[in-house]
Amino acid sequence: MDLRFGDSKPTDDERAAVDGLLGPPGSSWEGADRSDADLRWARGGRAARDRRDLLLPGLHAINDRIGWISEGALDYLCRRLTVPPAEAYGVATFYALFSVRPRPATVLHVCTDLACAAAGAGGLCAGAEERLGPGSGVSVQRSPCLGLCERAPAALAVKAGDPVRTAVAAPATVRDAVLAASAPDSAPEEPSAAAAVPQCGDPSLTLLRRVGVVDPASLDDYRAHGGYTALRRAFALGPAGVIREVTDSGLAGRGGAAFPTGRKWQATAAQPDRPHYLVCNADESEPGTFKDRVLMEGDPYALVEAMTVAAYATGAHKGYLYLRGEYPRAQRRLEHALAQARARGFLGEDVLGTGYAFDIEIRRGAGAYICGEETALFNSIEGYRGEPRSKPPFPVEKGLFGKPTVENNVETLVNVLPILTMGAPAYAAIGTGASTGPKLFCVSGSVARPGVYELPFGATLGELLELAGVRAGLRAVLLGGAAGGFVRADELDIPLTFEGTREAGTTLGSGVVMAFDGTVPLPRLLLRIAEFFRDESCGQCVPCRVGTVRQEEALHRIAERSGAAAAGDVALLREVGRTMRDASICGLGQTAWNAVESAIDRLGAYE
Amino acid sequence: MTVTPLGIPRRLLEFTLDGESVRAPEGSTILDACRAAGKDVPTLCEGDTLRPKNACRVCVVEVEGARTLVPACSREAEPGMRVRTGTERARHSRKVVLELLASSVDLSTTPGAARWIKEYEAKPDRFGPDAARVEEEPRIDNELYVRDYGKCILCYKCVDACGDQWQNSFAISVAGRGFDARIAVEHDAALTDSACVYCGNCIEVCPTGALSFKSEFDMRAAGTWNEAAQTGTTTVCAYCGVGCNLTLHVQDNEIVKVTSPHDNPVTHGNLCIKGRFGYQHVQNRD
Repeated sequence: MDLRFGDSKPTDDERAAVDGLLGPPGSSWEGADRSDADLRWARGGRAARDRRDLLLPGLHAINDRIGWISEGALDYLCRRLTVPPAEAYGVATFYALFSVRPRPATVLHVCTDLACAAAGAGGLCAGAEERLGPGSGVSVQRSPCLGLCERAPAALAVKAGDPVRTAVAAPATVRDAVLAASAPDSAPEEPSAAAAVPQCGDPSLTLLRRVGVVDPASLDDYRAHGGYTALRRAFALGPAGVIREVTDSGLAGRGGAAFPTGRKWQATAAQPDRPHYLVCNADESEPGTFKDRVLMEGDPYALVEAMTVAAYATGAHKGYLYLRGEYPRAQRRLEHALAQARARGFLGEDVLGTGYAFDIEIRRGAGAYICGEETALFNSIEGYRGEPRSKPPFPVEKGLFGKPTVENNVETLVNVLPILTMGAPAYAAIGTGASTGPKLFCVSGSVARPGVYELPFGATLGELLELAGVRAGLRAVLLGGAAGGFVRADELDIPLTFEGTREAGTTLGSGVVMAFDGTVPLPRLLLRIAEFFRDESCGQCVPCRVGTVRQEEALHRIAERSGAAAAGDVALLREVGRTMRDASICGLGQTAWNAVESAIDRLGAYE
Repeated sequence: MTVTPLGIPRRLLEFTLDGESVRAPEGSTILDACRAAGKDVPTLCEGDTLRPKNACRVCVVEVEGARTLVPACSREAEPGMRVRTGTERARHSRKVVLELLASSVDLSTTPGAARWIKEYEAKPDRFGPDAARVEEEPRIDNELYVRDYGKCILCYKCVDACGDQWQNSFAISVAGRGFDARIAVEHDAALTDSACVYCGNCIEVCPTGALSFKSEFDMRAAGTWNEAAQTGTTTVCAYCGVGCNLTLHVQDNEIVKVTSPHDNPVTHGNLCIKGRFGYQHVQNRD
């Protein structure tokens, strides 16, 4: 590799941001002043290139400190990591949270996605834009779902500096949002995670039982509430025993695809290639989903413990926690939890004195829904554009860094703890035969008590909505988020199980249950969903890259039309949608048309 | 003495292609088997000297038991697999993919595109006159070649050829995301400010004419480009001792572009700046 760097130089701040992450440069090959020794030895090769995975953290470091990524900063980072500048530019321009053009140090992300749109995000956005015009030092950006749907409408302010400061305003008035953006330090504290759990304190809860009950900062409190009993049981059972328990429990992935977790673990554990990796997918970006955030904010040690169990079972010694970039509080809580766990011997070279070594590293996403796709997430961690890989080979065989990898969603992992503490038979007795265990639902929209609800699989949609206090005038419910499907207000007897929703021709997806009354016209919602997928398509394959654009155009055309006037475009939507579903590389393109299709078929949109 | 490399002997595996039993060497793709059986499966992003990228999805076929269609160019044939290439489902996706591409970029210099659009009865105009297009002016920033991204289908072949698959210059990458994604050098600068070494190996693999010799670009603009009147002469490059093969494309007794045979066992169609562009001295007649 013969890298060429431009003449742009980093500013002192930019250099300090990068050096803060990577340490000072070791030689002029990495950007230090040239010494005599540098003229005699070339530093580079594999050792230098193997740090490519630090590219994304490096871009974050610059963006957090300066607010945008200049040519000089990018070139310096490339020099430090032996990454071609063109590739780094491709990576930097992939993520919505980064900018390669100058912009104000503070960015106010105002969510304009479904739940927030129904709660008045349009007015909030217009008001914030009016108050924070040019010269205010704040750039207002319309954002996809921020995962704060229980407190819609939401805004997230990020003020670059050393350190970077963030503030959340939700539910936000224009005044709150402007205050958060102009003085993030003096913005009011966010309500505790417990506020997002209406059932908080209910003794029948399993996954949410500690949220709002324990101090999320205290490892002792976690242990006093049953923490780390599952890990001790895991060490007693041995890796094969843990996998057997998880398999017998019937646990299926909660991220949306419902793949049997035990089978995934077994397949990875059996791979002869080493090392094995564990990846926790906490890039929760499906519009309407916020359960993982609540778990991580309210009970962070549970995730740390669950990851340790999963890694032990599958023979991994290194775990990556890929956390959504828009979750600053979850990041702080998890960083603290990891440090505590390390200091107390729950992570590190010798976990609990058993001789088993395991540690976890947090990697932040940077605003890309596609990075929730398991292979795109690998590319993102590795420092490449977050584009999905084609499968086969599957991650259990060739995953992160080309090695066997188990990747699980936060909620899936947290389920492993009760499986071990109560035993597989008792766990499998919860729920239905084909969908075992408790399930988290993210209820938002037209309900009195939005939040994360825990119910055993098998409860009906109506029961859940009643619990959340559904408001009068319910018109439709979106299940599973933007990649899910709408159901009618008279279909509330659908059982909330994998098989029940499938039988009803819809999906459980990631557990989104968004209730809509007539406030926002259906075509507007559908258009927002189409805009979301157009924005979030990575652009790799044609059906998704161009298909999402053509669908959005068609939905624009028929926004005010129905019947015969819309029929031609509806047919067009169907044809393009069929190709996206059949021929796209990954789940994003394959499911991008689901919600719109369900609205046409079930709700009679545009009739 | 000429040595023909035979490679490691490969087992033959048997599977079903459109109802007929076929045998293919282990490791070959469905597309390899289709071509061996004489079936015309359209391809755009597939390159004979590059690893399959399966980005364009125009080669999709139906495999029994698979939830979605699979790209023939990258999916390896497996024993017992049942593949159907001409089903309504596969043909529908190919048709729509062609419509999506032809409605968003200029396919006028893409070999095969016009024929496939006709064969699949694709109607790119159906998305209306307001359908978004990739609006890019040709980038003419050096004397050797032109980048016309209004013709680019984002097949990644130039990026792969410039990167670890051939040239290792890493001068270009895909930048941006979704419909706004473009091939670019760092900071979207001019080629002359990039790591480009002007080997032209990206032009060699470009399937759409988005990358072309400046000579070809100028002649097309002037209306004098006439492939029917061109001859191709393969010879050996005289610059150094590697012995790369050059194919000189000559029109009206002028070299108008240089390619290299992809089946050359040493260079696989790759050249350096001298072989690719350093031909002017041949036609200095003074």
